[in-house]
Amino acid sequence: MNLWREVRLVAAKDLRIEARSRVTVQQIIPFGLIVLLLFAFALDPDRGILRRVAPGLFWVTVLLAALLAVSRSFAIEADNGARDGLRLSGLDGPALFLGKAAAVAIELLALEVVLAATVVVVYGIELNTLVPLILATLAATVGVAATGTLYGVLAAGLRVRETLVPVLLLPVVAPVLLGATRAWEAAIDGIPSDAWPWVALLTVFAILFTAIGMLAFGPLLEEA
Amino acid sequence: MPAVVRLRSAVCLLGRFPALAGVDLDAASGEIVLLSGANGAGKTTLLRLLAGLVPLYSGEGTVLGHDLARDRRSARRDLALVGHETFCYDDLTVRENLWFAARAAGRDTGAADTALERLGLTRLADVVHGRLSAGQRRRLAVAVALSRDPRLLLLDEPHAGLDADGRAVLDDVVRAAPAEHRTVLLASHELEHARAVATREVVITAGQAQLASKDRGTL
Repeated sequence: MNLWREVRLVAAKDLRIEARSRVTVQQIIPFGLIVLLLFAFALDPDRGILRRVAPGLFWVTVLLAALLAVSRSFAIEADNGARDGLRLSGLDGPALFLGKAAAVAIELLALEVVLAATVVVVYGIELNTLVPLILATLAATVGVAATGTLYGVLAAGLRVRETLVPVLLLPVVAPVLLGATRAWEAAIDGIPSDAWPWVALLTVFAILFTAIGMLAFGPLLEEA
Repeated sequence: MPAVVRLRSAVCLLGRFPALAGVDLDAASGEIVLLSGANGAGKTTLLRLLAGLVPLYSGEGTVLGHDLARDRRSARRDLALVGHETFCYDDLTVRENLWFAARAAGRDTGAADTALERLGLTRLADVVHGRLSAGQRRRLAVAVALSRDPRLLLLDEPHAGLDADGRAVLDDVVRAAPAEHRTVLLASHELEHARAVATREVVITAGQAQLASKDRGTL
């Protein structure tokens, strides 16, 4: 079986489980909305501040929600010995990594669409320059999903995985927070030339951690 | 007949404890080998070693021609383990779990559908795993293994939790293994039942195959 067929198999499995359990729709997206609204309450009534900090708040919220998505991605492998089942499945490490990361990325993209609409409505910002904004969002999402999946499997066999993953993951994805926030700020201000270097940084980050994940996921799963 | 399983002085550690302390074992194609022994003797560890889930600490071991010391992953596409857990996902249906297992092993879904029917799970095909009873889960675990069409089938206490009908179905699956060119290693405490289907018995005592190869003849 070729790599992409295996990737689709794993991603479809994770997404089907999410669609049926509705954890993303009923818990992760509402969590993100609540965080954004709490920021709005905390910073109101000065909507000028909200507009200035909106990109940063958006990406902090995405990262916090990503922790839940990654945790969920590996929680489904913890029941009924499913993690051993994955090891026995015959699927290769790179395919498992890409499949699980793709499922997390798709969930995050769905979350980001909802959160972006909320930011526009509640924070009163205008998304003017869409191309760099969309590319930055895609690259950042792939980077967060790849990094999260890598650190998720690293902690998968540990009893303290729910608390360990945030401690390990958040410092590593700090460049994503910085790059995506700056790219969004430039896009919102209508200065796309300022966004491109950050889009490039996010792309390099995404490629780097996808490559590391493809190499390391299989061995890490064996040790989990 | 080529050896499907070959272990020589195999040692396997769980932490610092030698769960297997020098096991010699051979199994040829089409054999049904019963692994008997007391709780903690090392039967489960032996099956997990053969499945590549725990590493070989010392000694020699090959499974389906693959050296366990160098590469404990390559044999997995052609073997299946029915362990204490089902390896299934609570939010997937019986059919979805079977299809995933079959496709992951590079088989088509026809093998999964055949296993579904063979284990008497057809009426439960659209029920999610989380709603199955313990006995139904046990049947599903065996069906998942068969959906991979394995050359080596490792069964760890497969009769536990099964009703009389389920045991009969399982016995049929095991008895059919030689005709399907499949080797079965069966760890069980239900010796009378297991001996009725096994062609050979190996007794594991304190991590060693003490009374290996008590030939029971081909049934």
